[in-house]
Amino acid sequence: MLAKPVPDTTGQERLGPDFRVDRAASPAVVNANDDYALEAALKLRETAGEGSVTLLAMAPATAPDTLRKALAMGADSGVLVTDDALAGSDTLSTARVLAAALGKLDYDMVLAGADTSDGGTGTIGAGIAALLGLPYLSYAARIVPGGGRVRVHRISPTGFDVLDSPLPALIVATQALGEPRYPSLKGIMAARSKTIQVWSLADLGLDPATVGGATSTTRVLRTQAPPPRAATRVVRGPADAAAAELVTFLAERRLI
Amino acid sequence: MTAPGPTAAFRLTDEQRDLRDAVRVLARERVAPRAAEIDRTAEFPWDLKELLASQDILGLPYPVEYGGLGADLLTTCLAIEALSAACATTGLIVAVHELAALPIVMAGTADQKTRWLPDLAAGRKLVAFALTEAGAGSDAGAIATRAVRDGDDYVIDGSKRFISQGSVADLVTVFAVTDPGGKRHRNLSCFVVETDRPGFSVGRLEHKMGIRGSPTAELLFDGVRVPASNLLGREGEGFSLAMRTFERSRPGIAAQAVGIAQGALDVAARYANERVQFGKPIADFQMIQAMLADMDAQTEAARALLYTACAAIEAGDGDAGRWAAVCKLVAGDTAMRVTTDAVQVLGGYGYVDDFPVERMMRDAKITQLYEGTQQIQRLVVARSLLAARR
Repeated sequence: MLAKPVPDTTGQERLGPDFRVDRAASPAVVNANDDYALEAALKLRETAGEGSVTLLAMAPATAPDTLRKALAMGADSGVLVTDDALAGSDTLSTARVLAAALGKLDYDMVLAGADTSDGGTGTIGAGIAALLGLPYLSYAARIVPGGGRVRVHRISPTGFDVLDSPLPALIVATQALGEPRYPSLKGIMAARSKTIQVWSLADLGLDPATVGGATSTTRVLRTQAPPPRAATRVVRGPADAAAAELVTFLAERRLI
Repeated sequence: MTAPGPTAAFRLTDEQRDLRDAVRVLARERVAPRAAEIDRTAEFPWDLKELLASQDILGLPYPVEYGGLGADLLTTCLAIEALSAACATTGLIVAVHELAALPIVMAGTADQKTRWLPDLAAGRKLVAFALTEAGAGSDAGAIATRAVRDGDDYVIDGSKRFISQGSVADLVTVFAVTDPGGKRHRNLSCFVVETDRPGFSVGRLEHKMGIRGSPTAELLFDGVRVPASNLLGREGEGFSLAMRTFERSRPGIAAQAVGIAQGALDVAARYANERVQFGKPIADFQMIQAMLADMDAQTEAARALLYTACAAIEAGDGDAGRWAAVCKLVAGDTAMRVTTDAVQVLGGYGYVDDFPVERMMRDAKITQLYEGTQQIQRLVVARSLLAARR
């Protein structure tokens, strides 16, 4: 399953001088949506009674420490693709690298989170599926494998679409699949002895000139913070008095 | 034994840090939201006990061969500290679970350990430590509960008072007199009593100032018959077993105290940044800054002493008793001082239960009383100090 270390959203996020996320500014955690994908993967392994869950990440070389928590939750092992040339990669580049890594791995399903809290594009899963020719089963609220196929309930504006697909397939997980478990203390201790293989671009047979920041098809020109909020008024106090105050406020402005 | 070098105390291993951080997440997300309710209803938090069991936290100090994590004293204390910052009652569950099983771990035969430790390590069963009686608090030598040998059994008669979690425990490690005419401190023995044995019952439950979610019970033994194989160690070894237990359990209470202090400090600091009086956050006023600074410095000092003591005791220091006493002494007094000042920083709001500091202040007091009063700790420290310089 795809895991991405991202800056901790409860910490200080900063953009560096090149308008890219300064990943050194705050400690990294695994992207929250990826935890939901991992939880789904762990449940699938438990139901099947067999199989293994492998983390796959493209990240800076410091990633293994961040991936330990995912290993502590119960993933069996990890693969980290890291290379200096990959700094500043855009989503197309990232999808190419991860697809190349998947080419060297055995899998029945690739699970991905819906989007990341730092980039927020939500396109990596689709990009990888397109590059590898995998069925793309998105926004899964239920995943039911069986007989070499998988049935996925995809969230739609009116409810669910039920998709039936052969395996292997790429599935994008949603929070509807269930709350991620806390890593148990035994899991944390076991995580220390689980393996994370580290691959470079050379290991994947990829030419650094074809991926990474240098080949990015987008360039950040400018960033700006949203304008400061105008003075706000907070209504506190017991519910009855507060409600009366709110009603007066809205009535004065002819909003009710 | 050599004392640990400075690096031993001040550097947590990566594993200790990971375990501590995992417990902190649970404390923040699952324990803290329940703390006020636990205090208000004074009900034992079975849901949190299940959480501690399923997350392996209850199994932390138990030997690996019986299903525990084999964690060292410092690691167990890190967990107690992290939980206690959110809820002192919940931190105490882990502390009692460690304390009460220590006699089994330290003096039990392989057969006894196999009988009792796996269920405890998995958190399937709870255990309580029954030493104190109505007439025997600081004066443990005044214990009156009797255990009389009868064939292959012992028959236990008497009562215990102020036993933490005594009413929810499946097992109790009980200290009883086996040699009434014998020398003080040589006449006690320690037994494991399964609480479903006939003759065992729970008497009164105390209504307490603090740690109100932790049931504090009177335990009644009316002709309770246990097999001789329930005796831990040898007859007469009870007092020494109790003292050796305290070497490892007092740091657990110190950890609870440090956690309570830190929790109160965090609330007070956040409040000071938010509360505006005279046109500024009160954090801008030096009197508030001075109080918070003292609270921080004292908590940090108590913590550093606790960690050093844990390392020393784990390393087998020859004066483990003194380390246990000194860290519990400092931590308990610190918790009382810091929580009292936290109420002060919050002013009137500190006195009402909309904010947690009044509960933390009520919770802190017990750390100066149980597991040996502060006065007993001072006697232990003084005796050690003066003996070394005779």
